[in-house]
Amino acid sequence: MSATEAVAIGLTHGGSEDTGLGNRGPESKSIVVPYGFWLFVLSDIILFSALFATYASLSGATDGGPGSQQLFDRTTVAIETMALLLSSFTCGLAMIAAKRSHMRWTQIWLAITGALGFVFLFLELREFAGMISEGAGPQRSAFLSSFFTLVGCHGAHVTAGLMWIGTMMAQIWAKGFREHIVRRLLCFSIFWHALDIIWVAIFTIVYLIGTLP
Amino acid sequence: MNLFGKLTWDAVPFHQPIPLITSIVILLAIGAVLALVTVKGWWPYLWNEWITSTDHKRIGVMYIVLALVMLLRGFSDAIMMRGQQAVAVGASHGYLPPEHYDQIFSAHGTIMIFFMAMPFIIGLMNFVIPLQLGVRDVAFPTMNNVSFWLTASGVLLTNVSLFVGEFARTGWLAFPPLSEIAFSPDVGVDYYLVSLQISGIGTLLTGVNFVTTILKIRAPGMSYMRMPVFVWTSLASNLLIIAAFPVLTATLALLMLDRYLGFHFFTTDGGGNSMLYMNLIWVWGHPEVYILILPAFGIFSEVFATFSGKPLFGYRSMVYATLAICILSFTVWLHHFFTMGAGANVNAIFGIASMLIAIPTGVKIFNWLFTMYGGRVRFSVPMHWALGFIVTFITGGLTGVLLAMPPADFLLHNSLFLVAHFHHVIIGGLVFGVLAGYTYWFPKAFGFTLDERLGKASFWCWFIGFYLAFMPLYALGLMGATRRMQHYDNPAWQPFMIVAFIGALLIFAGILLLVAQLWYSIKTRDQRRDVTGDPWDGRTLEWLTLSPPPHYNFAVLPDVHGEEAYWTRKQTAIKLDRLIEEPDYKPIEMPLNTPVGVICAFFTSVCGFAIIWHIWWLAIAGLIGAFAIFVWYAWQDEHEHIIPVEEVRANARERRRIRMEHLHELSQST
Repeated sequence: MSATEAVAIGLTHGGSEDTGLGNRGPESKSIVVPYGFWLFVLSDIILFSALFATYASLSGATDGGPGSQQLFDRTTVAIETMALLLSSFTCGLAMIAAKRSHMRWTQIWLAITGALGFVFLFLELREFAGMISEGAGPQRSAFLSSFFTLVGCHGAHVTAGLMWIGTMMAQIWAKGFREHIVRRLLCFSIFWHALDIIWVAIFTIVYLIGTLP
Repeated sequence: MNLFGKLTWDAVPFHQPIPLITSIVILLAIGAVLALVTVKGWWPYLWNEWITSTDHKRIGVMYIVLALVMLLRGFSDAIMMRGQQAVAVGASHGYLPPEHYDQIFSAHGTIMIFFMAMPFIIGLMNFVIPLQLGVRDVAFPTMNNVSFWLTASGVLLTNVSLFVGEFARTGWLAFPPLSEIAFSPDVGVDYYLVSLQISGIGTLLTGVNFVTTILKIRAPGMSYMRMPVFVWTSLASNLLIIAAFPVLTATLALLMLDRYLGFHFFTTDGGGNSMLYMNLIWVWGHPEVYILILPAFGIFSEVFATFSGKPLFGYRSMVYATLAICILSFTVWLHHFFTMGAGANVNAIFGIASMLIAIPTGVKIFNWLFTMYGGRVRFSVPMHWALGFIVTFITGGLTGVLLAMPPADFLLHNSLFLVAHFHHVIIGGLVFGVLAGYTYWFPKAFGFTLDERLGKASFWCWFIGFYLAFMPLYALGLMGATRRMQHYDNPAWQPFMIVAFIGALLIFAGILLLVAQLWYSIKTRDQRRDVTGDPWDGRTLEWLTLSPPPHYNFAVLPDVHGEEAYWTRKQTAIKLDRLIEEPDYKPIEMPLNTPVGVICAFFTSVCGFAIIWHIWWLAIAGLIGAFAIFVWYAWQDEHEHIIPVEEVRANARERRRIRMEHLHELSQST
């Protein structure tokens, strides 16, 4: 039986005709794993969208307490933003180093990424502590509840990212650049960049619009 | 500081006979099962073959077992409510005090949606999708196991509330401000919130897993427009999971912050807004309806095509209709609270959007009818469920169109008419669907068919029982009866309530017949073996392999030609009277078993229980444990094992021999 005959009657092995998308069979893990992680990150962004919607609808509900104009300080937020954006850049450098299996530079860039994350987190917590000590804690009003939840949820993600960086550094150190570990590092970088995107939205919607004269 | 938080001996219902006796009976039953497993020495088998399994088929079966057990639990709540309402009129107050009755209707809704319907649907998707796609497993087998055990963890915590403390008295969606700490200070709502958070994470991971599987892992030649309709509807359903479940997680988290830390999202003071909760929860809640019903539509599509002996009518329109519903489902959430007072224009837009969904659904109904037209319809049990579905779902859908009109909804909101409507579409659509799927794929999972006679008897009990139980509720709703009544004063309602109770008893008979069917079929399994692997003369790839399939499903991934991959192959083989040439078998790499899921679920259960009872040290310990097990897993190097080529070849040759015999039978009969 000739090959074209076999195709015509539907009897082939590993040589199905071209039908456009999806005719190649299962994708390799290096495609599947980041793809699945992207979907997870998208779901995380939807979680944030619910928190943004909550913030938007409660931002005026100050219950006689302080509003965004009195509370937010653009300078601190500018430094926070710089730290986080820079950490995304160093995270990218770490990925380049990892692609070249360069142990020292991978570790250095990951460490710097983590350190910048720490700076961000420290500034955020200092801002939170300052607000709480002024009597503008999350229990004060619906506006403050939604502010602390939205920004705090991002902060919690950064914290999780820091734990992940630590685990990745230890893993790369102990096991080297194995395929599945580099794949995991790629997932981490997707996560870290996504946190940046969410921060840009927070920066704009919460801090910039909140302090418009 | 108290070491055990809010937990004291008062939490155990020593003075309430109904929960106490139920608790004791359930604990004895669980103890008996565990003792039996121990005495018979089944633990290694259970541990190696099921609990730690990463095989999508095994995980699917575990989901369905969980769903069937929860069906019994949820139904016992239902029949208690119907019993109460049949008697609690005028001077009689029935046998359930209000605080208990309120827990029962809350638990009934929560369990039936989250722990019966969802696991059943996810179980069927787990079992069927990789087989229909002609591949060996889902994209993330370990995560699949974790998802299952997180769901089981949520189930466990919900049911623990029966013995320790109480469940929510707020209805199945825990609307604030009633669910706020000021009005529900006990742990009932906390049980609700924590259970749903844990199982919700499991569901989200399932969604990610299946979307990745369907979009990235398919047999060669299985392009999008060749995927079986069940895969398409599952894809739509899982996309909805990814888009909707994070909103549920966020909403419940906000309510938790209100209750635990004194935030003011939905409170009556501090600027809180409880209508925000309604909007958020229904942004999840309405897509959830389609998360459940779309896969059921897929099951019916498979059943109609198979048992009519014809390809599905209008395959492409079916796909487009599915995706149209998928998108429209996000545009209608406000119809759950037209009475909020958003204004005439807003209500009108959401009312019209709701009615629009009837269009793609109508397309589907006509496709199913035309699939039967001109076919040789075989009235097997799955076909009974499918036909019962068509009749029931159309009428149930029409009452939905009625409710979608804001003026009508203002009268019917929160009445028994609404209760009748959603049971009409959930039982007539979803329950009939999963029971059709259960009967249809059972032989593939276990290698023998279920008894037809008992299956049909069960169908008729369910079918007639449903109409008896819920048609009176429509009338009652129009007469002004509201939902969730522990007691009522109008004696004119009682005859309707009694008929509804009789209907519930008939449904109970249907459930007992399902149990009897399972028991009898297992007993007579040697006479009902499915040796061919294709008991229904199927059309999709799951019928190509053995029943039950080997761990790796297919010795070589099948090449797909045309819309009905297996049907094309089968017909060609019959025509030529021979099989495809023997391929070059290769060793197969399969995922290893993993204890990660069950250990992680253990820690999340502990952590969840501790959060409910404010035992903070234990909650932190549970979290650390869950994190540690993931780091441990990430540290493992080997996640796969190799099945040697000899084993693959031997199995495949045996399979070819059986298929060849079957082929001769088929070609002789035609």
